[in-house]
Amino acid sequence: RKIIFEKQWFYLDNAIGHIYGTTFEVTSGGNLQPKQEVEEATAETKEAGTDNRNIVDDGKSQKLTHDDIKALKDKGIKGQEIVQQLIENSTTFRDKTEFAQDKYIKKKKKKYEAVITIVKPSTRILSTMYYAREPGKINHLRYDTLAQMLTLGNIRAGSKVIVMETCAGLVLGAVMERMGGYGSIIQMYPGGGPVRAATSCFGFPKHFFENLHEFPLSKVDSLLSGTFSTEAVPSEPEDNVPVEEESNGLTDEKQIPLQETEEESTTEAAMDINQTEDQETMDLSAEDVEFKENKEKENKENVREKQRKQWERRKKLVETAALLREKNADGVIVASKFHPTPLLLSLLEFVASSRPFVVYCQYQEPLLECYTKLRERGGVVNLKLSETWLRNYQVLPDRSHPKLTMSGGGGYLLSGITVVLDKDKSDSSNSEALKMEEPSSKRCKVQDLHC
Amino acid sequence: MSFVEYGDTIKDGDTAIVFLGHESMFPVKVQHGTVTQTKYGVIRHSTDLIGKKYGSKVTCSKGGWVFILHPTPELWTMNLPHRTQILYSTDISIITMMLELKPGSIVCESGTGSGSLSHAIIRTVAPTGHLYTVEFHQQRAEKAREEFREHGVEHLVTVTNQDVCKNGFGVSNIADAVFLDIPSPWEAIGHAKSALKAEGGRICSFSPCIEQVQRTCLAMEEYGFTEINTLEILLRVYNVRTISLQIPDLGRAAESNSSTGFDSSSPSNQGSLCTNLQQGTVQFKSGVPLREMVGHTGYLTFATKS
Repeated sequence: RKIIFEKQWFYLDNAIGHIYGTTFEVTSGGNLQPKQEVEEATAETKEAGTDNRNIVDDGKSQKLTHDDIKALKDKGIKGQEIVQQLIENSTTFRDKTEFAQDKYIKKKKKKYEAVITIVKPSTRILSTMYYAREPGKINHLRYDTLAQMLTLGNIRAGSKVIVMETCAGLVLGAVMERMGGYGSIIQMYPGGGPVRAATSCFGFPKHFFENLHEFPLSKVDSLLSGTFSTEAVPSEPEDNVPVEEESNGLTDEKQIPLQETEEESTTEAAMDINQTEDQETMDLSAEDVEFKENKEKENKENVREKQRKQWERRKKLVETAALLREKNADGVIVASKFHPTPLLLSLLEFVASSRPFVVYCQYQEPLLECYTKLRERGGVVNLKLSETWLRNYQVLPDRSHPKLTMSGGGGYLLSGITVVLDKDKSDSSNSEALKMEEPSSKRCKVQDLHC
Repeated sequence: MSFVEYGDTIKDGDTAIVFLGHESMFPVKVQHGTVTQTKYGVIRHSTDLIGKKYGSKVTCSKGGWVFILHPTPELWTMNLPHRTQILYSTDISIITMMLELKPGSIVCESGTGSGSLSHAIIRTVAPTGHLYTVEFHQQRAEKAREEFREHGVEHLVTVTNQDVCKNGFGVSNIADAVFLDIPSPWEAIGHAKSALKAEGGRICSFSPCIEQVQRTCLAMEEYGFTEINTLEILLRVYNVRTISLQIPDLGRAAESNSSTGFDSSSPSNQGSLCTNLQQGTVQFKSGVPLREMVGHTGYLTFATKS
């Protein structure tokens, strides 16, 4: 199958059988496997200037013309040789400082020596990739923020975790990786079904999905009030999309800024490239092949055994509802495009005491409100609103410094720990609790004044 | 209780976290007949703690109360007895993700120090992974062993008392990841490489100074590590406050006050905003950064062996 990546197209057939981390060079249409490490083209670069006082930008330092270079390329000459030619035909190269020469070579290599390294999917790789390529799809959740969520949420094997995300399944995948197939995950989903595009990129083995449950967000209220019944469950996900979306709409949808939807459409264009990259990883793991087969099977069954499927869906839903009803989940992770406050206030009901929860939001303001509402509700301690900054460095002999560009924002987190909620004494004990937690009692006043 | 498994009720021998409020907490070892003093009075372990649910409110002798929390690596990090400078959860989280740690991972660490990172690694690699940690200071190594036993995680960790720069990790070709937090990590890169699996793995080195990073990067390159990447992560914490700002009196007539644009439909709203015309103030919610924050912990250098 043909795949396009960074303006190159190739077939992956040749890559099978190599270990992860192998580097490939692209030839006309197929893949070639070069050595792990090409000996540094030491050449005669030893000659170098000390500063740039005599270097003038006259646009004529490169003696090869645009057409010459194209001709070299068309001849199918190795990229390495083109770079060498460029260096030899640069009149100023010898006058450049050693560092500038280094930089020049690196730049040219990047352009003419197309190499691809194929790596194993992991949260590290996928979250970095999604943030760089499709931040709109994952609500601009930067990878270090995701890392914080997993740690603050104490995600580990054996837990029972509730996940509510609209990050293409990336957060779900990250949680699944950390749980290693032990314990259970309940994914709350809006609309007709959970989105797991990114989850499938991880190539998880089948048994990881055995304890992955899903539950429609629109049924949360009825479950909490005890009026939940499976009869109300729609038979086909396609049918109920508009209905559920309506009920989800509430006030949440209005509060999502318009620009978000606009952003989403602009990233659509970038999606094609990305998809191919996804497929690249997909092809390589045997598990994913199984997956595809499963899907095909499902499609056939869909026609013949609609009713059986419907019944199974119902059974699964009842199971998940039972899991939730136990109200002993070990944590909640929220990272969605919805307003976090109503989500958290409801979902915390399903969580045992002394368990962590983490909410992600691209913007700070909704979390401020969420913080205040949680204080009013009580049953939580150690509330913390935070953000992380990430700075990358260039480390080279005598040339170490922070990288020129850094990410402007990776979103905000609100985290805390649940405690036993006093139900008998409500308001009086609440303010008492606040006083105790905040010796300054400043926040108490704040609450009274809140309007 | 265990650091790798949630328990519902507090039992004899557990390590629990006493939460006094507002970031103030401390760990206790729960024991029959023992008492713990807090500023709200005495907690009697036999009656006040044992058998209660984690997350319960416990009333102390003076009528004040505290919450008892289930231990987690993160709470432990905030409360552990320092024997060395420790790594905090912000760095730990990015290390865990960038080293691709998960259940089943085999990890080598040096030095053990106060065991802040060790607990987090053990939590993540359990139940099938293992941590090999090397500490050259004998007492610290002993103390760490004791803590791991107390916390019910000794089966997941091996503490070795030796110098990692000279003697390595004591294992070879079994690790998925190596973490170094020592003064001269460049001297241990070779050992790190041989500890990692033949098919490859990830390495991370934590150093406060850029000179250390430089030497480490050179060593990594020399030993054929790829994807060398140095980064720094900073945590910013915000206090949630309602701020009220006075509206300046520009001498305008009272009736024009209402049209100054400070109503809740103002597009420049920050959170919920309200105006108190009588007092002439505007209120809004804000996330105020702490007056002081941690500016630098260390540079984290990651690389891949392949």
